Amino acid sequence: MSTYQRPLALFWWLERRSYLLFVLRELSAVFVAWFVVYLLLLVNAVSDGAASYQEFLDWSGRRWVVAVNVLAMLFVLLHAITWFGLAPRAMVIRVRGRRLPPVQVVAAHYLAWLVLSAVVAWLVLR
Amino acid sequence: MADEITLEVARYRPELESEPVMESFQVPLREHWAVLDGLTYVKDQLDGTLSFRWSCRMGICGSCGMTVNGEPQLSCATFLTDYAPGPVRVEPLRNFPVIRDLVIDIDDFMTKLPEVKPWIIRDVHSPVEEGEYLQTPQELDEYQQFSMCINCMLCYSACPVYSLEPDFIGPAAIALAQRYNLDSRDEGAEERRAVLSSPEGIWACTFVGECSAACPKGVDPAGAIQRYKLTAATRSIKDLLMPRSRR
Repeated sequence: MSTYQRPLALFWWLERRSYLLFVLRELSAVFVAWFVVYLLLLVNAVSDGAASYQEFLDWSGRRWVVAVNVLAMLFVLLHAITWFGLAPRAMVIRVRGRRLPPVQVVAAHYLAWLVLSAVVAWLVLR
Repeated sequence: MADEITLEVARYRPELESEPVMESFQVPLREHWAVLDGLTYVKDQLDGTLSFRWSCRMGICGSCGMTVNGEPQLSCATFLTDYAPGPVRVEPLRNFPVIRDLVIDIDDFMTKLPEVKPWIIRDVHSPVEEGEYLQTPQELDEYQQFSMCINCMLCYSACPVYSLEPDFIGPAAIALAQRYNLDSRDEGAEERRAVLSSPEGIWACTFVGECSAACPKGVDPAGAIQRYKLTAATRSIKDLLMPRSRR
């Protein structure tokens, strides 16, 4: 039986908003990885002493590093927001036999995010 | 309202063409005519060689899935008037090999579906004399939406992961596995776990969500998959922490 298989267009991911979002979210993994590397570089610089830390700060202040970090933050935000958005689809929580409304599940995630961020901010800024 | 509408239909006759070509047909535009009625008119009145699948004409058999103006649709539940003044472009479901005209090869799905054992599994069947396995409305509610799946494969057609990774078990098969996993009468979750938790199972899904948007029966395969991801992850952690506590 000879069948026809439609070839995948090179720009298939531009056909729909959801496809574009999917490809961008896949790409966001690279930037999440970048932040991990950046954090490790920071920890390494701090452990090497004040001079090394200052060097790291100077390097971080360079235009291209700032640009990469801003871009990375946008992608990490996309990653986090879409992740929280799917949470209620993955978590079916019942309280006294009733299903918790999806909005509350999402709200709980944002609240946890806020609390954790506040804890980190307090640790860093105190 | 115009009394005719143009159907642009993808034709693929392997003995004539090496790839599909579009052919236009003028069909009556009637208020209650679905795209499938237009195709039936073409077959009856204009060109008897046009090939397409259909059976029930009422959105329950899942045979007449096609790509209508770029969207995966049941052609029996998609009305011509919604596309007036036309033209209406009718192509075979995407992501499947085309056998002829609008007929796709469904073997891949038919092979994958039984792998997730979509039926009730019991460790021990209680004797018939003991009566039915009873279920509360809440227990029914747990899985009911997933039981609405009609195997029409529109979700496979909408899924970009399936087109990129043909080994992906796919939205409907996973939703149907969950239909039984969440059924209080079923005891087969452990048997379905290996297939569902494999790289070709839930983990291939990256939550595009188009499967749920395409579903004509309101099943939420994307939700089923995300939910099982959580279940599988929790199970893996439990196995790691308590390796001897099997069900």
